[in-house]
Amino acid sequence: MKEIMLNVNGNEHTLQVKPWATLLDVIREDIGLTGAKEGCGEGECGACTVIMDGVAVNACLILAVEANGKHITTIEGLADGEKLHPIQQAFVDIGGLQCGFCTPGMILSAKILLDKNQDPTDEEIRKGLEGNFCRCTGYTKIIQSIKAAAQMLKEGR
Amino acid sequence: MGIFYRRLPRFDYVVPKTLDEVLKALNKHKGAYRLLAGGTDLIPQLKKREIKEPEYVIDLKGISGLDTISYDGNGLKIGPLATITSIAQSPAVQEHYPILAQAALSMASPQVRNRGTFAGNICNAVPSADSIPSLITLSASVKIRSARKERIVPLEQFFIGPRITALKANEMVVEITVPQQRETSRGVYLKLSPRHSMDLAIVGVAVTGTCENGICKDIRIALGAVAPTPVRAPTAEAVLQGRQITSALVDEAARNAVTQCSPIDDHRASREYRCDMIYVLTRRALNQILLS
Repeated sequence: MKEIMLNVNGNEHTLQVKPWATLLDVIREDIGLTGAKEGCGEGECGACTVIMDGVAVNACLILAVEANGKHITTIEGLADGEKLHPIQQAFVDIGGLQCGFCTPGMILSAKILLDKNQDPTDEEIRKGLEGNFCRCTGYTKIIQSIKAAAQMLKEGR
Repeated sequence: MGIFYRRLPRFDYVVPKTLDEVLKALNKHKGAYRLLAGGTDLIPQLKKREIKEPEYVIDLKGISGLDTISYDGNGLKIGPLATITSIAQSPAVQEHYPILAQAALSMASPQVRNRGTFAGNICNAVPSADSIPSLITLSASVKIRSARKERIVPLEQFFIGPRITALKANEMVVEITVPQQRETSRGVYLKLSPRHSMDLAIVGVAVTGTCENGICKDIRIALGAVAPTPVRAPTAEAVLQGRQITSALVDEAARNAVTQCSPIDDHRASREYRCDMIYVLTRRALNQILLS
């Protein structure tokens, strides 16, 4: 077992982990945050996306020990208490999800995109989400949700 | 297709602080280790049990300075831990080697590019690796080090077969070196894949060249996913080198490039289709570099 420190959504965790445990295993099973999902397990689908030190990563492809000392944001860290983050609210309002399995990853990838680009085109949104698969929506509603979220963020809502 | 295990096999994890420690460990553990950079290839390979289960995973990220990208008058040096994203975003790469930024952005997804490295893409040595054809057209080489010595291998000679490189069990790649190009040199990487993102190349064509007053001064063509290793197309280059460029000549060179390949027939594409597309993409790339 190795001892690691993780800062997840602003909370410090000191954990004993197996060297072969992935960051996703530890976030879900040791810390108990089940927002990040295991889909393919090999970096194709993006359901396990989390933000690590400011960039989107696939938590299923990272060893927990590699993440020692890092700052991680999961979907659980986005809302402000009961108030949803504008991107989350937009997904709810527009219906940017059906089964919801891809949604945490989608929203975190969208957050990274909107942090860098306040007014993305459809094409830029598609490019920004290229590592996140959705098998339900056909993406149209997701893109509409992100456009609406961009508008909400600009208006400071 | 093999079995995909969701859990990793057991191994010990070490994070050396210096390159010397890594090189010593490589000598000591003789093939019972795997080096870890971004892990975007290694972790899936381990989950699939595609490679021998290592006793040790040696994480290189404890060593500072291996992720640098530096440029001076002699060329570009890419550290083995420089991520694909950092290469795509490097001002020096964008200004002097835009083909590399283009190749970088053609790979996988933002999540994978934020972790994966060019050195890892090269050492993994799949025939469709997107970073390789462009680097070959830029005459890149890799600096390889073991505990005892350092050697430099032109990238063109680094690949021996699918997933097999010239790297010995006690060696690691410590730098990718890209020489300075001519001022007027231009390059393009064209990738054909059924999906626009998250897909492997069926055919990848990189062309770097210079055309002055309609004369081809310098041309290098490299092809990915169409032979057991990425390949250069020297006879196709010879068709163009030093000649007055016309569409007919470009067409001839593109047809010639097809003869330099031995593509596989698989579920991604048939051999015949790959051959046709080598012609189409090579012609398109040459037109962009030499005629437009």
